[in-house]
Amino acid sequence: MNLLDPLIQGILLGGLYALFAAGLSLMFGVMRIVNLAYGDFAVLAAYGTLIVVNAALISPLAALLIVAPAMAVLGYILQRTILQRTLGLSPLPSLLVTFGLSIIIQNLLLMFGSADQKRLSLGGVDTASITLPFDIRVGVFPLFIFLLAIVILSILSWVTAKTQYGRLVRAVSDDPATVDLQGVNPKQIYALATAIAFGLVAIAGLAAGVQTSFNPTSGSMLLIFAFEAVIIGGLGSLWGTLGGAMILGVAQTVGAAFAPAQQILAGHLVFLLFLAFLPNGLTRRKVRA
Amino acid sequence: MLDVTKLSAAYGQVTAIRDIDLAISEGGILAIIGANGAGKSTLLKTIAGQLPTKSGSIVFDGDDVSGLPAYERARRGIIMVPEGRRLFASLTVHENLQTALSAKRKGAWTLDAVYDLFPLVAERKDRRAGNLSGGEQQATAIARALVANPRLLLLDEVSLGLAPSIIGELYASLPIILEQGTAILLVEQDVSRALNVSDEVHCLLQGATSLAGKNIALSEISAAYFGTERDS
Repeated sequence: MNLLDPLIQGILLGGLYALFAAGLSLMFGVMRIVNLAYGDFAVLAAYGTLIVVNAALISPLAALLIVAPAMAVLGYILQRTILQRTLGLSPLPSLLVTFGLSIIIQNLLLMFGSADQKRLSLGGVDTASITLPFDIRVGVFPLFIFLLAIVILSILSWVTAKTQYGRLVRAVSDDPATVDLQGVNPKQIYALATAIAFGLVAIAGLAAGVQTSFNPTSGSMLLIFAFEAVIIGGLGSLWGTLGGAMILGVAQTVGAAFAPAQQILAGHLVFLLFLAFLPNGLTRRKVRA
Repeated sequence: MLDVTKLSAAYGQVTAIRDIDLAISEGGILAIIGANGAGKSTLLKTIAGQLPTKSGSIVFDGDDVSGLPAYERARRGIIMVPEGRRLFASLTVHENLQTALSAKRKGAWTLDAVYDLFPLVAERKDRRAGNLSGGEQQATAIARALVANPRLLLLDEVSLGLAPSIIGELYASLPIILEQGTAILLVEQDVSRALNVSDEVHCLLQGATSLAGKNIALSEISAAYFGTERDS
């Protein structure tokens, strides 16, 4: 059996998961919020893109120029009005509230959309592929998403490392009360981080909508993949997240090469192995108290 | 510049300080002394905005700031060096200092000027703040506060747990800070050290003022400090 092909496909799939996981990782890193509605927001963005595409008759990529900023604004408002109130010593309020949001979004989409599978199409790009040596065919779109994920992660890690906003993001995750004393409103930092995460989820939603398909309830599966990528990669490390996403992607495609029906299961099993033997993830950074 | 009138604050139902009156003028220094649990840190936190004001007023440069959030007070120039330093442990020393630029206050204390004042901090510039010794951390915390160009600097227990030589160095920087017109409100347990830098003291006992004034005899201070009867 040729394992090189599933290996490469898995790495590319990892690019898609990394796009998802980046926003989730950002929100968790900055606010210690586990956003259970994250996958549903991706699906919401995909539906939003579909609506814009049908209304304006433009390509999904052009529609993203409207949907991504709109999602970012939604994230900002959501953080300032609802999520901010759930922050505290206990993680329970934010879990409950985002779980509630998840149910609300799924049901709104069922009400206004329908339960059937939808797809976004970029025309010929959807199925275009290039042939590599050893007769390995690589889809143009998955390759594009993989490269996009690397570009986005590079920008994110540059922003966190080098800009004043990035310094404040790290400072606020160390000690929000002291950031307050420096003349910075921590709520503003949180809301901007959520806006960035929601802009990213719009991109990820579009990518998933083109590469696979979606329905009102497919957010939960996306959330699980993003979670697994973050945990395998190690909390709080962006490049770890990319590594985790690639491991998950490879586990799924290699698993599918052996048993096509058990693709998802293979990913979960590898995740469980990491939880059991490397609970801090690839980057092995100790979780700060 | 700062006028605190009948200030009270509480942790939940428990009143921690009550009816405190104090004033400090531009470039002035006032030492707040008192035993453990007397309410010194609570007073500073209330002025900085980390604890809500229960009653009374905090007038700063003519405005009552007692209803403003901490970050808004910091932007107006009330900068606190919190108890226990509270540096951002995962940031480097330099990055810790840079965070204070977000208060967006211009003045004499540029990053370079602050590094000149604390050569020790300049040497550790690229170290992670979490890996510094206690004295280095305290110097960095004061340096970080200075970068925000405070009009009023609140110093909470600067000497706590530090070696005497470091404490001496930190205290030697205070006159230079005062020269720039910054006022300092200093919380200190060590009375003689407080008296060295400040003529005026404000002594707290169980959350209330037990003594306040200038050039007071040490015997009188110790009576107010411990709450014992004064001999007369």
